[in-house]
Amino acid sequence: MLELQNISFSVTDDDNTEKEILQNIDLTIEDHKFIAITGPNGGGKSTLAKLIAGIFKPTSGRILFDGMDITDLSITERAKMGISFAFQQPVRFKGIKVKDLMSLAAGKETSIGQACEYLSEVGLCARDYIDRDVDGSLSGGELKRIEIAQLIARDTKLSILDEPEAGIDLWSFSNLIKVFEKMRSEADRTILIISHQERILDIADEIAVIKDGRVVAFSKKEEILPELLKGTESCIYYQV
Amino acid sequence: MDQIQKDLLAQVADIHDVPEGAYNIRANGKLGGRNTTANIDIVTKEDKPGIDIIIKPGTKNESVHIPVIISESGLKDLVYNDFYIGDDSDVTIVAGCGIHNCGDQNSQHDGIHTFHVGKNARVKYIEKHYGENEPNADGKNIMNPTTIVEIEEGGYMEMETTQIKGIDDTVRDTTAHVRGEGSKLVVRDKLMTHKDQHADAIFNVTMDGLDSSCDLISRAVAKDDSTQTFTAHITGNVKCASHTECDAIIMDNAKISASPEIVANDLDAALIHEAAIGRIAGEQLIKLMTLGLTEEEAEQEIIAGFLK
Repeated sequence: MLELQNISFSVTDDDNTEKEILQNIDLTIEDHKFIAITGPNGGGKSTLAKLIAGIFKPTSGRILFDGMDITDLSITERAKMGISFAFQQPVRFKGIKVKDLMSLAAGKETSIGQACEYLSEVGLCARDYIDRDVDGSLSGGELKRIEIAQLIARDTKLSILDEPEAGIDLWSFSNLIKVFEKMRSEADRTILIISHQERILDIADEIAVIKDGRVVAFSKKEEILPELLKGTESCIYYQV
Repeated sequence: MDQIQKDLLAQVADIHDVPEGAYNIRANGKLGGRNTTANIDIVTKEDKPGIDIIIKPGTKNESVHIPVIISESGLKDLVYNDFYIGDDSDVTIVAGCGIHNCGDQNSQHDGIHTFHVGKNARVKYIEKHYGENEPNADGKNIMNPTTIVEIEEGGYMEMETTQIKGIDDTVRDTTAHVRGEGSKLVVRDKLMTHKDQHADAIFNVTMDGLDSSCDLISRAVAKDDSTQTFTAHITGNVKCASHTECDAIIMDNAKISASPEIVANDLDAALIHEAAIGRIAGEQLIKLMTLGLTEEEAEQEIIAGFLK
């Protein structure tokens, strides 16, 4: 179980004014749930995901994972406890190959067969990719799929995905939905996914709406999604 | 040959036993072993220290190993090695120098290698430089490799030069004349410095052959208080193409200066240079840490990949 208790996060601008990105976030994410976080751009969704992964430290509040206070733990410690993170914009490297990243993600040297298993789940043919450098020679969509393949290889209790649909073509998107459905069907998995996509929101158990740094709604998909689909004109969450 | 010398050979030339094919091992300034083949002759120079390596035209798939090892502290070694690579041949040359310094005196190896690459010949040249000191041995390990290359019509030379560890001071000077029509030079240079080491890498490439080309990629990492300079002068005098890339990571208090110069003396000379120096990108460290690596492990992984 992941608990965010009264989390706030602020940054200091160039002109020394403090800007609040997240304010008093309280959120409890039960085990084995598929949770989607949505809301307008700039509302603080990615920041929240990065706070959970340990990339940012909250200004105040506590984060508990399986009852343990992880607020002061490093990214590495949280990763080892079972938190995975897929970046919205995957990081590029010079000289690190797809196979290297897959091995690091799996925590052991992966065979071509294993790498093939992970990569084929996201629609990539391992033979064409394992020896490719994780650099600008790969397209944005390829990088995103490799990013998600790493989550599959990591096989951790909590997977956080920051807008996995961004940069993915329509055909691949349908396959990705299947990947997420498969991930959620596996026991002992909790998925936290930041998305604007109706089809992703539609497979979620619960949806949290974050706007202007606050959780304006958090409930079952059946309650939240119809309201969101009314559009920005009439959706009550956008009027908050 | 003692164990220290055997270990050095393994480090610089990946030799664990007597190498196959032609070889010439120079140990502490003296001949430590030599073998020639029907196609590859090695002859000691009479006017100065060094050897001539003569590869017959048409020699295919043969290799020459010419490692140099120094295990005496205070030895200053200078050699002139000339390679004559016959027309239409296809060979691999493995050089490299290893110093094991057991004392407080400086050990130095200066190797001047001249390559004459014949028409339509292909040569892959692998050179590794490595140094190590015994505990409490403060002698510096110094290496100054000078490489001179001339490539004839249709000739191809690929240089893979590496200095990763233990060399305190070095001037790595390469001058290439890519003069034959359609000739090509490829350089992959890898350099890492630690502590207060210093390295100068200098490349002078002149392209006089019609449709000749040069592809030079340098990857450098400077750690601790070490310093490096990278200088490349590429001149295209005819229709030709060149791509140079100097990519460097600085860490701690290290400093690197890169001075690229490209000179086009012909309307059809297409010359590109890319240079980048900077610390390891924070996002790369964070990414690997989200996979469970510590910051130090992430750093090592990024550098190992960068220099691979």
